[in-house]
Amino acid sequence: MTAKLINKTAHELHAMLKSKEISATELTDEVFAQIDKTEETIGAYITVNRENALKEAKAADEKIASGDIAFLTGIPIGIKDNICTKGLKTTCGSKILENFVPPYDATVIAKLNSQNPVVLGKTNMDEFAMGGSTEHSAYKVTRNPQDTSRVPGGSSGGSAAAVAAGEAICALGSDTGGSIRQPASFCGVVGLKPTYGRVSRYGLVAYASSLDQIGPLTRDVTDAANLLNIISGVDEMDSTSARVKVPDFTAALKNDVTGLKIGLPKEYFGAGLDEKTGAAVKSAADLLAQKGATITEISLPHTEYAVASYYLIAPAEAATNLERYDGVSYGARVAGKDVPEMMTNTRTEKFGAEVKRRILIGNYALSAGYYDAYYLKALKVRTLVKQDYDEAFKSVDVILAPTAPTAAFKIGEMVGDPLKMYLQDVCTVPLNLAGLPGISVPCGRDGNNLPVGVQFIGRPLDEETILRTAFAYEQESGIKWELPGGAK
Amino acid sequence: MKYEAVIGLEIHSELKTDTKIFCGCKTTFGAEQNTHVCPVCLGLPGVLPAVNKKVVEFAIKAGLATGCTINKYSKFDRKNYYYPDLPKNWQTSQYDLPIAEHGAVEIDVDGQKKTIRLTRIHMEEDAGKLVHSGATIKDSAASNVDYNRTGVPLIEIVSEPDMRSAAEARAYMEKIKAILEYIDVSNCHMEEGNLRADINVSLRPVGQKELGTRTEMKNINSFKALEDAINYEIERQAEVLDDGGVIVQETRTFDPERGVTLSMRSKEDAHDYRYMPEPDLPPIITTDEEIENYRKSLPELPDAAAARLQNELGLSAYDAGVITSSRQSAEYFDATVKEGADAKLAANWIMGDLAKNLNADGITIENSPVDAKRLGEMIKLIEKGTISSKIGKKVFAEMWKNPDPPEKIVKDLGLVQITDTAAIEAIVKEVIAKNEKAVADYKSGNKKAIGALVGQVMKASKGKANPQMVNELLAKNLEG
Repeated sequence: MTAKLINKTAHELHAMLKSKEISATELTDEVFAQIDKTEETIGAYITVNRENALKEAKAADEKIASGDIAFLTGIPIGIKDNICTKGLKTTCGSKILENFVPPYDATVIAKLNSQNPVVLGKTNMDEFAMGGSTEHSAYKVTRNPQDTSRVPGGSSGGSAAAVAAGEAICALGSDTGGSIRQPASFCGVVGLKPTYGRVSRYGLVAYASSLDQIGPLTRDVTDAANLLNIISGVDEMDSTSARVKVPDFTAALKNDVTGLKIGLPKEYFGAGLDEKTGAAVKSAADLLAQKGATITEISLPHTEYAVASYYLIAPAEAATNLERYDGVSYGARVAGKDVPEMMTNTRTEKFGAEVKRRILIGNYALSAGYYDAYYLKALKVRTLVKQDYDEAFKSVDVILAPTAPTAAFKIGEMVGDPLKMYLQDVCTVPLNLAGLPGISVPCGRDGNNLPVGVQFIGRPLDEETILRTAFAYEQESGIKWELPGGAK
Repeated sequence: MKYEAVIGLEIHSELKTDTKIFCGCKTTFGAEQNTHVCPVCLGLPGVLPAVNKKVVEFAIKAGLATGCTINKYSKFDRKNYYYPDLPKNWQTSQYDLPIAEHGAVEIDVDGQKKTIRLTRIHMEEDAGKLVHSGATIKDSAASNVDYNRTGVPLIEIVSEPDMRSAAEARAYMEKIKAILEYIDVSNCHMEEGNLRADINVSLRPVGQKELGTRTEMKNINSFKALEDAINYEIERQAEVLDDGGVIVQETRTFDPERGVTLSMRSKEDAHDYRYMPEPDLPPIITTDEEIENYRKSLPELPDAAAARLQNELGLSAYDAGVITSSRQSAEYFDATVKEGADAKLAANWIMGDLAKNLNADGITIENSPVDAKRLGEMIKLIEKGTISSKIGKKVFAEMWKNPDPPEKIVKDLGLVQITDTAAIEAIVKEVIAKNEKAVADYKSGNKKAIGALVGQVMKASKGKANPQMVNELLAKNLEG
């Protein structure tokens, strides 16, 4: 079968479904045919939900036949495996939740389901979203469809790879320190991290509660805006969700950057940035300047402390968030002679090395006598990072930066050097600390012909401006995701 | 050596909200295991808490009723420790910014008044309950966890170490219980664990300023256990010190059956709770206006009620204290007086026959078979002279079993006081005729002899003759 649908965007397919040019079943069949062809190599999914997905496709077709169609009706979508799906195994990439089937839907899933999408399955990820390469999954390595010797990025690597490889039309991921944007950048797709609080976290298995945010991974900016429309909104189940009205984000998709003030933070273009990656990102700024935007260099002076601060705050929150995995009432249990030994055995055997590393760091930072020196200091740095952005946004509307200092690295290249891996997060982590929205869109290729992403960062709750900038850039550059050669 | 005991209490009180602190599950006690649970209180992956506003309201009211300052900026924290009844392995509690701080209550021990300072009041969630297959955890092959109680709201009321004896500690806990009942934020059923205390006890030589090493006894859930545990611990520590030993800072458990405290774990095994601000909950902001509104909504508190009973109704300090020691008895008293009964008589009956019967049958005053209305009616019958106080006791005993109005009971049992002069005079004459010796004694100047005659008249009337009239008529007939 020649692929004719899996190289399209969700909004294109939506139009075809609406005009009844295609059926959801036909589309879903084609996506599963692609999964059958490439999944063995790519490894994007932990759980493929084939039987149920085909039922959902049929249900979507019936809805469409009755004239009832929403944006996601009949659109095959992948869900990161840390978002709870009622009745569908949710492992977080961890052996400790190997057989965990949630009895409830995350708020975002309930919102998606109201539109009758086709949920293809649960995508691979670094265990509990801790990592930037998806190599820390307890289940499998996911390969980058752009170059299968390389990582897809992480932790939403499965979602990014599925969207890039034609194994899903779009996907949901989560972003705690770059986990949507960096894999999007590595796989050559669009990834959007909304403002903290824009999307309910209820049902997202917590890694670092004050930083986590769910967002879409898509093939273009239009799809990202459409998905954001669906998943956004205040939720009484999430006390940190923003109590504001949600605009129609697709209304912001205008190819017009005239008078837009864009800042380039010099700290993001410093040492460690791959030369060709930096050049691709700068060319995006040049193009936007040609189209009427004003580009100025700005400074975010506390950027160099952001990674260190993140790697105290996130592990501290994770250390407590992950305490619940004790073998008592759900998930894996490894027997012991008494309860404390059972808990110890369970956690020792079922957590992976990276998770244990962060639990140890976090508990150390919270321990009596160390709290002020580590955790509290990290919180102070966080405030300074936030203030840097506040100051910058007095003079610019959007901040433009690389999404990652390099393109996708080789599988196995960094696993032995956690610190080097952590420094990969330098361009993405500061936004999470400040709670800001950011979007990564493809902006060219590096020296190895690997996709490079440019990141647009906005004011809190101003996803509209970054979506407009990203949309205009996408239109003018003509750089867009295509089904990579390896996946064809 | 003579020692002074230094005692501080941490009182945990379950709040009587309909639903749990962070989810919509019911708080009802005694339901079938694990029926009042949901993903949130079970701590399943992905869930988030949402604060029950009633909990904050109740905690603020408790703070205001105990003279605390309300923190307008307060927050929740995670208190981390592993225990199978704690599904998240942390308790959502409050650490450095509790809802209320710096309060004080007054206690009265044998007429001695004393102020006990409150350090703080904070909100937290209760844990679940282990249900062991055997009698104790040690001889159980397995234990189940019942999560019904998980997430039931608690306030923890922490005192300063201001108490010096078991009696003071008891008076303090009784005062806290009364206040919580008055403001209607807790059921305070100690036997259901609604109200329980952790006790800190240390000794120091009389006259010494610095505190001695303290021990802690957890989960004391009766006033008797509270006093017994403190008294035992004071004696135990004194013995250790007298023998030249040192007190080990430790947590001890109190065995109420044997009346002894036993070492549980030492300071070395103490948890580092690794407190962390709860990132899933925004801070609790309370405005001055809200605080003022809560203050205005508070009912009369026990101290004010006791003052009113003394000053306006003329009760003694002791009686006023006993009557107002619980909201239920104060309400019962007020209702009895409202029915028209004399305040002093009402107090006597409530503290006397009513209390005796309630104790004997093990029921609480709000469930008394004799309600305030009927007791008030009965007291009025005494005041009107329809029955004597003595007959009143008979009537009250009957009312305990019989729901009829007291007036009907008095009639049905034929207990109406005889106030008919002719009828009494007839009996008086008969008694005078039958008791020549007593009459002669009286007439020869032994006026006390009339007592025996009064007794005879009362006996002959089955106690129903009006005693005053009997006295008058006897005197008249003897003189005549």
